Parts: sequence; C-alpha cells; structure tokens
Amino acid sequence: MNVIKIAWRNLWRNSRRTAITMASVFFGVILSVAMTSMQYGSYDSMIDNVVKFYSGYAQIFDRAYHENKTINNTMELTDSIRKTVQQTEGVTHIASRLEYFALASSDEITKGAMILGIDPIQESYVTDVAKWVEKGQYLKEGDDGVLVSVNLANYLKINIGDTIVLYGQGYHGVTAADLFPVRGILKFPLPELNNQMIYMDIGTCQRYFGAENRISSLVIMVDDHNDLPAVMRSLKASIKDPLTVMSWDELQPELVQMIDADRAGGVFTKIILYMVVAFGIFGTIIMMISERIRELGVTIAIGMQRFKMAGILFTETVLTGLLGAASGIIGSIPIVVYFYNNPIKLTGDAAQTMIDMGMEPLMYFSLSPFVFYNQAITVFFITVVIGVFPVYKAFNLKINQALKA
Amino acid sequence: MKVIEIKDLVKIYNSSEVQVKAVNGINLDFEEGEFAAVVGPSGSGKTTFLNMVGGLDRPTSGEVIVGGTNIWELKSRKLIDFRLRNIGFVFQAYNLIPVLTARENVEFIMHLQGRDKHERNQRVNELLTAVGLGERMESRPSKLSGGQQQRVAVARALASKPKFILADEPTANLDSKSTENLLDMMEKLNKEENITFIFSTHDARVVKKARRVITLDDGKVTSDEKK
Ligand SMILES: Nc1ncnc2c1ncn2[C@@H]1O[C@H](COP(=O)(O)OP(=O)(O)OP(=O)(O)O)[C@@H](O)[C@H]1O
Ligand SMILES: [Mg+2]
Repeated sequence: MNVIKIAWRNLWRNSRRTAITMASVFFGVILSVAMTSMQYGSYDSMIDNVVKFYSGYAQIFDRAYHENKTINNTMELTDSIRKTVQQTEGVTHIASRLEYFALASSDEITKGAMILGIDPIQESYVTDVAKWVEKGQYLKEGDDGVLVSVNLANYLKINIGDTIVLYGQGYHGVTAADLFPVRGILKFPLPELNNQMIYMDIGTCQRYFGAENRISSLVIMVDDHNDLPAVMRSLKASIKDPLTVMSWDELQPELVQMIDADRAGGVFTKIILYMVVAFGIFGTIIMMISERIRELGVTIAIGMQRFKMAGILFTETVLTGLLGAASGIIGSIPIVVYFYNNPIKLTGDAAQTMIDMGMEPLMYFSLSPFVFYNQAITVFFITVVIGVFPVYKAFNLKINQALKA
Repeated sequence: MKVIEIKDLVKIYNSSEVQVKAVNGINLDFEEGEFAAVVGPSGSGKTTFLNMVGGLDRPTSGEVIVGGTNIWELKSRKLIDFRLRNIGFVFQAYNLIPVLTARENVEFIMHLQGRDKHERNQRVNELLTAVGLGERMESRPSKLSGGQQQRVAVARALASKPKFILADEPTANLDSKSTENLLDMMEKLNKEENITFIFSTHDARVVKKARRVITLDDGKVTSDEKK
C-alpha cells in the first residue's frame, strides 16, 4: 500500500473527472506537438535551403577575407588543411570555391559579373548548381568553359557556344584577361543571382586570376545538422589562425534572428495554450481536495504523517498531468508522422513568396524527439507547480475542521 | 490503572464577536477497561472534549496526560505518531478511505506503524472476523452498509493496539438494529479483551449499555455516574 498505489486508485475514483482533465491535457499536448513539429520542421527546411543554396553547413576562410572579400585575402588550400578537414568526424563533403569580380564582355557590351570557381563534382553535394542549368550543359571537371546566368547572358546577348571575355584584376594585381566558351545558361529562382553570376571550374578560375592553389573558402557539409556542433568543436580546435571556421548560423545571422523571433512567437502561443491546460488541472485538484477534506482529516487523525499525505496528493497531481501528456504524445505521433510524410501544400501569396525564394511551397513537420519530450517536461513542470497546492493543504489542514466537513 | 488524566481542560473559541467556552474546566480520569459514555445536549462540548483528549484539537489550557505524557506538549509530528501508537479513533461516519478495501483499511494503520506483512495479515483476519465481517474483507466501503463501515472502523481502531478508543457518536448514522450490533460488539471487545472505550452519544439505548456516564452541559461535567 505505497504512495503510488493509493494515489493511482484515488486517480480513478472519480474516473470521469480524471478522464476529462486528462483529455484537456491530451488535446493541449496534441496541439502543442503539432505546432512545435511544424515550427521546427519549417526551421529545418529553411536552414536546409540556406545551407544547400549557398553557405553549406560551415566554411573555412582567412579572417581577412571575412572582413574584406578581395582576391588578395584568399587562402592557400594546402594538403594538410584538406586532410584535417576531410578526416574530421562527421564531415561528409568539402568543396572549394574561388570567388571574385570581373568585367564580362561580348562584342560591344560590358557588365560587372561575379565569378565563382567551383569544383564541379564536390559542389554538387553542396549547392546543386546543375539543377539550375536551363540550356546547355553543366561543367565537367577541369572544364575551360563557363556557365552564365540567364539575365546576364541576355544582357550580353550571348548564347551557348559563344565566347565571353572576362577582364579584371587577379591575385596581387596581375591582369586577368581571357576568353571562355559558354557551356550553359543558368536560371536561378533568385533574381540577383540571375543578373550577375558566372560559374567556372575552380582550376580554370585559379589560373585566370593568377591565384594558383588559392581559394576564397572551403565549404563543409555534414550529414545531419545535429552533427554540426561536434564538427565545429573539432574544427575550431584544429584550424589555426589566420584561418577561421564559421558555421551557417554565424554566416547567416539574419536567418538565425528570424528563426529566434518566430520561436519566441511560438513560445508565447504555447504559454497561453498551457495556461489553459494548467487552470484545468488546477480546478480539478481544488475540487478533488475540497471533496476529500474529511477523508484527509480522518487519515491524519488516525496517524498518517502530513508529509506522507502530501506525497500522495502530489503524486496524484503529477500523475494526472503525466498520463494526459503521455496519451497526448502517443495520440500526436500518427498525426505528426502523417504530415512529416505528406507536408502541407501552401497556396496563394505565401506559396509564391516561398517559390520566389527558391523553396518548395510546403509546410514541413519535424519528428525530432525534442518536439515530444518538450511537452512532457512542460506538463511535468506545470503539475509540479500545481502540486504545491495540495502539499500546502496537507501541511495546513485543521483536523477538527476537516472532521466537520 | 489510569490510562488518561485530564486536568483543568479548557477550550475557548474566539469567533469574530463572541467568545465560546466550548469546554470550561474539565477534570477527569479514565481507568483501563472502562466503557464510558459522554452525553449532553447539542453544543455541550462533547466533540470538542473528545478531540482534545484524542490530540486532534489543541486546548486553550489544561493537560491531557496519557501514560505519563502530556500529549499537548508534543511536537506536531510526535503527536501524530503518538495518536498512531496509542489512540484508536471511530468517527461518526465516513471513517474509511474509500479507495481501499475493508481489509486494506484495517491493514493501512498497521502499515503506518511499520508492522510486518505476516503480522498484518493475521491481525486483519482476526479483527474483521471478530467484528463479523470475515466474508466482506475485499469489499470497498461504498459496497458496505453504514453499520458494516462502522465495524470496519472499530476493527481499524483496534488494529493499532491502542491504549484506548475514542468514538464520537459512532452510532449517530445507524439504524437501531445496526446500533445494537455495533454496541454489542464493542461491549464484547471491552469485556473479553479489556479494551478501553470512551464514546459520545445522544442515543438513550447506547447510554444504557455504558458502565460510566459522564454528562456535560455548557462545557462542564454536571454528573459522572459509574454503574
Ligand atoms: N471551530 C469552532 N469555532 C467556534 N465555535 C465552535 C467551534 N467548534 C465548536 N464550537 C462551539 O463549541 C461548542 C461545543 O461544540 P461541540 O461540537 O463540542 O458540541 P457537541 O456537544 O459535540 O454538540 P453535538 O451534540 O451537536 O455534536 C458549541 O457551542 C459550538 O458552537
Ligand atoms: Mg459533537
């Protein structure tokens, strides 16, 4: 006849009321799980998009390059750096990039362009550039041709097979001027990219800028963003000044701010939701205590210590919440799993905004364990706080008054 | 042998305007093996008196000495423990823990006392059989009649092997047949096991069975007859 056993039986003596209370927790938890899952699912897909659209999960570059993105601040990609990074536990791919400006001309027309030297094979594990090739072909390894973004190509009035002249300043002031055959036309979902991008093989790019073996950044991919903190820790330890390593969130502080703001909004909604649940539980506990005042008085009168009584009442309170939370979590799993596999399709303006940003117009759900255990912890804390009330009652009950109840 | 000594016991309730002297200077002794009734009109102080003797309601002044201990000098936890080990209680109604069976209700108090399982089982069987409920041990209180519930309450009060049993109007909610049954059973336990019973009542038939009748009026003892 221990505390749990008595508490358990008490829980079911007014089974309808207990069921109603648990149902309120159940629905609260389901709503909260669905909300949290959707939030975290959309953060994951946003991060994924940013990471896969441009920055990768992390980048290594020279500190000076982060301040001032000129070709003179690029870094040398030594074998030892390459090895260190490749051998870091959790790193799945690395891709080098060399990035700088040049003037692009065809016949009489000239325009500033952003030149991006990539490793055609490795880059496909980061940003799948091949996907955006609208006409022509993607770069081969060691290719001496270029891919030109669509608006720039139209402006320069060039097409596949034409030749483009690039003229600029290379490493340490050397003149960089050469002719490149156009292999393909790129069409990105983002207009700024369409206006200015020229892609070429990184070896070709290094020769063009006179920057043999130099890169502006080394992009790092991991399998799962949960691996990132560990990867960052070991890279931060092994990468030495003047080089530095930054993760996507350091590279994209605006995205982090946006997610944080959204998360704060979600927290507010959940506070309101759980307040409703909490008052439901609290109401039940108040009723339960007032109905049982006489019984509690008798029990202390015949010799039960108040702290034991407090233990029973506290356990009942926490059990009510936790059983409700457990059933809510179990009930929410099929719902969330369904939407995880069948993301909600957005329509209208929201969908268009996402398409414009190069994302699929889908609301993703997350199945991260956090989504679930977070609710259990929240309900647990709520019931612990509510449990203070019956504990207080147990310690302050006046027996002679309770016996008259 | 004296089980209880009561000296100058006073209880004054201070409600907002009026001061009620619920118990107004009672001096009494109880011997082992007594079968005593406390009677008196409504409001005469019976419940207040029994609650103070039982360690449930703190006196304004005076002493309740049980086995040499002034119980009202004990700290709150010690007092609960004292009740657990020395005093059996039977209240007017709803004595039992509703979620426990008759057996568990009786066992419960021995559990609190830390008795081992073997002793508990044996004593529960003995006691419930003695109060005539050997067949209903696994029933919850809601499945028992008022009289049966009161018998379980008596069995529970006995289970802790107390020095005496206090019962505030134990028959008030019972019909005359059940009242008679309960009283006969208490009388039998009193005679055969020498258990000390102190009970309050309004019922003339119950008073008739008592061997000592203490009459209260306005918080004072107006007569104390031994038969
Ligand atoms: N908590 C309290 N606050 C104020 N006055 C009280 C309180 N409890 C009892 N009284 C008063 O003390 C007096 C004695 O009450 P008590 O309950 O002891 O009488 P009783 O003899 O048991 O009556 P009954 O036969 O109706 O049960 C009454 O006047 C009552 O109103
Ligand atoms: Mg009374």
